[in-house]
Amino acid sequence: MLDKILVAILGGGLIVFIYWFFLGKKEKIVRAKNSLEILVEGGYKPDVISIPLGKETTLNFFRKDPSSCLEEVVMPDFGIRKFLPLNEKVSVVLNPKTKGEFAFSCGMNMFHGKIVVS
Amino acid sequence: MPTTKNDYPIKGMHCASCVQLIEKSLKGIPGVLEANANLATEKATIVYNSDECTIDNLAKAVDAVGYKLITTPPAIHEDSEKKEKQKELNDLKLRTFFSLGIGGLIFWATLPTLKETAPSFLQNFWVQLLLAAPVQFWAGAGFYRATFLAIKNRNANMDTLVTIGTTAAFIYSVLVLIFSSFFTGQGLSAEPYFDTSTIIIGLILLGRFLEMRAKSQTSEAIKKLIGLQAKTARVKRDGQELDIPIDQVLVGDLIIVRPGGKIPVDGVIVEGLSSVDESMVTGESLPVDKRAGDLVIGATINKTGSFVFRATKVGQETMLSQIIKLVQEAQGSKAPIQRLADLISSYFVPIVLITGIATFVVWYVFGPVPSFTFAFLNTIAVLIIACPCAMGLATPTAVMVGTGLGAEKGILIKNAKALEIASKIKAIVFDKTGTLTYGKPQVTDLVPFEGWDSNKLLQWLASIEKKSEHSLAEAIVNEGKKQGVEFLALSSFEAIPGKGVKGVIAEKEVYLGNRSLTEDPQGDPLRLTSALEKASELEGQGKTVMFLVVDKNLVGLVAVADTLKESAGETVKALENIGISVFMITGDNQRTAGAIGQLLGMKKENVLAQVLPAQKEEKIKELQKNKQLVAMVGDGINDAPALASSDLGLAMSTGTDVAMEAADITLVNKDLKSVVATINLSKKTLQTIKLNLVWAFGYNVLLIPVAAGILYPFFGILLNPIFASLAMALSSVSVVSNSLLLKRAKI
Repeated sequence: MLDKILVAILGGGLIVFIYWFFLGKKEKIVRAKNSLEILVEGGYKPDVISIPLGKETTLNFFRKDPSSCLEEVVMPDFGIRKFLPLNEKVSVVLNPKTKGEFAFSCGMNMFHGKIVVS
Repeated sequence: MPTTKNDYPIKGMHCASCVQLIEKSLKGIPGVLEANANLATEKATIVYNSDECTIDNLAKAVDAVGYKLITTPPAIHEDSEKKEKQKELNDLKLRTFFSLGIGGLIFWATLPTLKETAPSFLQNFWVQLLLAAPVQFWAGAGFYRATFLAIKNRNANMDTLVTIGTTAAFIYSVLVLIFSSFFTGQGLSAEPYFDTSTIIIGLILLGRFLEMRAKSQTSEAIKKLIGLQAKTARVKRDGQELDIPIDQVLVGDLIIVRPGGKIPVDGVIVEGLSSVDESMVTGESLPVDKRAGDLVIGATINKTGSFVFRATKVGQETMLSQIIKLVQEAQGSKAPIQRLADLISSYFVPIVLITGIATFVVWYVFGPVPSFTFAFLNTIAVLIIACPCAMGLATPTAVMVGTGLGAEKGILIKNAKALEIASKIKAIVFDKTGTLTYGKPQVTDLVPFEGWDSNKLLQWLASIEKKSEHSLAEAIVNEGKKQGVEFLALSSFEAIPGKGVKGVIAEKEVYLGNRSLTEDPQGDPLRLTSALEKASELEGQGKTVMFLVVDKNLVGLVAVADTLKESAGETVKALENIGISVFMITGDNQRTAGAIGQLLGMKKENVLAQVLPAQKEEKIKELQKNKQLVAMVGDGINDAPALASSDLGLAMSTGTDVAMEAADITLVNKDLKSVVATINLSKKTLQTIKLNLVWAFGYNVLLIPVAAGILYPFFGILLNPIFASLAMALSSVSVVSNSLLLKRAKI
């Protein structure tokens, strides 16, 4: 009986931990001036990027992660779907005309990031 | 001095001093006028005199300072992507077959009914461990790497689930092997699960292999379009004919095209005539005749004659480049239908992990004996069956195939939203002039009276109209030229404002004009009556009628009209058959517009006549008030505001920037039937997306509870983790394959 109580408590604790670990992340906004390097490795580093309105900003994606999940980056609001070859820099030039938050993700929509236009 | 300006990718740049070094080395080459390296884009923009230096010189100079200048045109980059993919596929194939082979052997040696037939050494659990370890840590290394990197960023994906599921099975098996007496003491069977861990890895790798192979086919349309680009051009420079790479062609270059040759860039023919197969770019199946002054499109094929043309658009400005850009953008966009799948998949993996833990706890606490085994296997099944990839792939793969298929047929779709909306359109408004009609008036009827025949009538009409600048006159003169009539000398000419023209031919006074000419009766009154009746009949058909009077005698009538395109009637009927209300909008008067509407079989109330260009937008808004989605079909230039205010703007144009900007969909083949094809394509793509979503949600929403053992209390059904991995492997493959089926759709 004791083992069952222990498993229940551990399980509950683990559920809370998983929720906090994966879904309770705090956003860290990184401001891009003219260009910004984004490391593609187990996600996007940084994953929340602030870029200015009406100005050309270059985002340079550099994929170090061989996972096929991350081989494409998709920015639907900018009509961009780019293949990211391994260990190569791929530049995406944005010149946003409207303010707001625009999500981007990998081709399979597993890893996410956000572009904040302000 | 022929100057060339190009962007070249440079490899090896990592700091600001690299920029200076590269620029310095390039500027040191004789003939380089300007060189700017950019660290952010890792490219150098070089302006140079192609007489004085070559790309090779540039590459060598950059090489000498320790960097690499990529001289291949963009199309070649596609090859590197292809090579990388192929390498990845080969590697995946090896790991898949290795895992499945080993998994099969272990499975053979552990399955109760089969194991007796297996060699005894295979039944040894230590041998099974030796076989399973490379599968776990070599074949499955990719899962570990991806999981580690994702967790480092507090992210989780499918690899995380596979890693946790298979590692649990593997570690449990190792522990069982080492501490077998402990497990049997706890009332558990001391059997390892090496078959489960290896076969799961093998099947998931197989699924990934098949998915990757299928996925590469979804973007085939773009690859085909890129492959259309010509590699070289034969240009005339300084009196010499040279074959040069396409990226060195400059605006203004004179380019020679031989029969069977590919037209390298966009331009205007200056000499020669031919027929050109434009099907690969516009979808137009018949070759188009071209002569001096006509536009030619890069990447199309010259069929018969030779000609010289002047390049007007090169590089990224060509129509083909614009089309590629548009299709690429569409394939990167997101369909509104994807929102729900997006929302779910962003929380999916953590939720599956939580479900897995809950499954373990519930089975362990409330499950039958041996509760640990039930809890353990069901948790693995939950982790393994979840397939977020299928949800992520359901919509984009269908959009990619759909937009690609459209591009092949000359239907350029701006984004996935437009593709989705097209299936929901309830009303389509066609602009009349230039869309339903050819936009150029043509002679439709010649009515000669006594003593005159059609040829003579046309000869006199064409002869007097030759000096007129009216658009109707142009139609008559063109018809005369087409019929090969001999133009008569016109000794005097004068326009009569509001009525027509008058002149003298063969010493006879000639009048040509509208009905008001008849207010001053000429010739036989009876003939005039019958002529007026005939004129009314023709006007009732939407035609403009003119009267020819020679020496005060009415000798004939000519009717001119902007003729309907052959496919107009068929298109209207086809659209109405699929439940779409068809409207026509025009600046013409009610009578003319009504007559055309009648010819097209349209309802009277659907003919919107006497609408000024600026009012078209208002009319669209009025139709939208009935809460129906309205599409507008126009030429994309004059009716840009109406196209923009409609829910779906379709421009029938040759891909000019203005039209493509205003329209959601550009029909480069200018074929009205493409409007129907667009709706069909959209409907079929949406069907595919919906079916994909049903598959993806079905796998995840229905099978996860089954894997968790929800059916066990009622029917005693449990899902073996091996079957869970099989279902998972099939899920993304089925979704991608279903999207590929769209390629075969008839639209």
